[in-house]
Amino acid sequence: MRALVKAGFIVVGGLALRRFLLPSGRQGPWQRAPLMRREPRWHVLTVNPARDELTPDSPLPEPLAGLGDAVDVQIRRAPADRGIELAVRLRDGAQSPVTAGARRLAGRDPNQAIRAALREAKQLLETGEVLHPDSPPTTQTTAVNKPLQMATRQGRREGRL
Amino acid sequence: MKALLWQGVNELSVDEVPDPTMRNEQDAIIRVRKTATCGSDLHLLGGYIPFMERGDVLGHEFLGEVVEVGPQVRKHKVGDRVVVCSFVSCGRCWYCQQQQYSLCDNGNTNPAITENIWGFAPGGCYGYSHALGGFAGSHAEYIRVPYADQGAFTVPDEVSDERALFASDAAPTGWMGADLGGVKAGDVVAVWGAGGVGQMAARAAVLLGAERVIIIDRFANRLQMAEKYLGVETLNYQTQDVGGELLERSGGRGPDVCIEAVGMESHSTGPQYLYDQVKQQLRLESDRPIAAREAIYHCRKGGSVFLLGVFANLVDKFPLGALMNKGLTLRGAQQHGHRYIPMLLDRMARGELVTEHLATHTMPLDEAPQGYNMFKNKIDGCVRAVFEPAR
Ligand SMILES: NC(=O)c1ccc[n+]([C@@H]2O[C@H](COP(=O)([O-])OP(=O)(O)OC[C@H]3O[C@@H](n4cnc5c(N)ncnc54)[C@H](O)[C@@H]3O)[C@@H](O)[C@H]2O)c1
Ligand SMILES: [Zn+2]
Ligand SMILES: [Zn+2]
Repeated sequence: MRALVKAGFIVVGGLALRRFLLPSGRQGPWQRAPLMRREPRWHVLTVNPARDELTPDSPLPEPLAGLGDAVDVQIRRAPADRGIELAVRLRDGAQSPVTAGARRLAGRDPNQAIRAALREAKQLLETGEVLHPDSPPTTQTTAVNKPLQMATRQGRREGRL
Repeated sequence: MKALLWQGVNELSVDEVPDPTMRNEQDAIIRVRKTATCGSDLHLLGGYIPFMERGDVLGHEFLGEVVEVGPQVRKHKVGDRVVVCSFVSCGRCWYCQQQQYSLCDNGNTNPAITENIWGFAPGGCYGYSHALGGFAGSHAEYIRVPYADQGAFTVPDEVSDERALFASDAAPTGWMGADLGGVKAGDVVAVWGAGGVGQMAARAAVLLGAERVIIIDRFANRLQMAEKYLGVETLNYQTQDVGGELLERSGGRGPDVCIEAVGMESHSTGPQYLYDQVKQQLRLESDRPIAAREAIYHCRKGGSVFLLGVFANLVDKFPLGALMNKGLTLRGAQQHGHRYIPMLLDRMARGELVTEHLATHTMPLDEAPQGYNMFKNKIDGCVRAVFEPAR
């Protein structure tokens, strides 16, 4: 039974990582409908800024300003009390899927930079800091956890955002 | 420093690791005085949550003393005795402001994993895998606490370490189940699972005015504990007819609120146990939802079911028919501890909420692997093993 559990651990870990590293679509992991992807898509999140630090007329918050001319940015008020919506889109237009995949694995996909910048801008506006993971780490690199370590290094640069 | 490390599925060790360091201006470093095992750790230990790495420090229910604070920490100073919520939450995002702290947008430094699995990422949790932020756990001499003003709570002098410890995780989790499950005066409440979490949920239901509270398990010592310390009724599902008893004790209506405090490694006496075990081991379902199925079945028409037990992903044979046709409300959550801990510490100070009986076995951190073995296999009546790193 123990061997089975271990084997299962590795298989499930592998599947989860495969899923993690595949291009993120809008459907859940168990649906199979073909994706109708619109490229480049808007990456959007909602911020609950402290005081009135961010309005639709504000200058861009720091990590987003760093993306420069490569992106289009929209800032708009969210309905009711939900805060401010920040939307960012790559300006260059669609990338070819082959190079996009390779750049993504290398951590050089501009969409990854957009996600990280959005999440960091949100944290700065809401809490004044970007939360860092613990360091130094207590973990060891092994054959089993190497893919997970790779994935967590991209933790803020991936996901459905 | 010394810490209890996850070394692989069902493998633990106590080893030296680097001391934690301050990473953010809102951090504090805590010297851990007491740190407890939780049913949630068993899911990590058994490999049911496949996001652990060799060398991860376990533990998320803890109390200690502040030894260092960042320049942005306002509420705490060196020397404060604090209990820390097991969830890492910023206190300022929209979810935190709605008091749904475990859904914090900012507390998880690896949001991508859970976004892909569940659609959106909840907050972080200490010692709870790289899917929930990869934060080092509390079974160690020291721990870093991010957003210390939000997550650490000064313990009133009248409350002992032994009692306050469980304000970190078990007590707020149980309270949330009763509160968000909607328990009110006159209700009959059934709780599946008499571990630390189920016991705290049952006590919360009593304090929120329930007419009758019935806790269900198979371990006689846990049920006796619930009768003695919580003032609730019990049912042993191995020797008693749960369905018949619940009907008799609720005037034939069924319980108004059913709280599930068992989780994905649920046990059963029936053939479904074997079925779910085989499917789980073959990874055809990730979780065994036996108690959740029962809670849904026995709940009265229009009643409410709250899942406190942790589930990781997919379940099988889920009774959607009963849920839909009986008009039930089903909810679940990781605990929103920040919302309840100050109130729970007050109740602890007044003696309304006792928790120290949960700590059946207290030992030095060096013995933590044995402590987990006792807790996992419920040896010698173990309900919670508590480690004291300074001992
Ligand atoms: N939601 C949260 O934030 C949160 C916080 C802490 C713990 N938890 C979860 O709560 C659950 C319980 O935690 P715990 O620390 O009390 O664990 P525990 O292992 O001490 O207790 C679980 C109890 O459930 C009983 N049980 C098993 N199958 C049962 C069944 N079919 N019917 C009735 N009882 C059954 C066991 O005998 C045991 O006494 C775990 O899944 C844990 O992960 C959730
Ligand atoms: Zn817990
Ligand atoms: Zn938050």
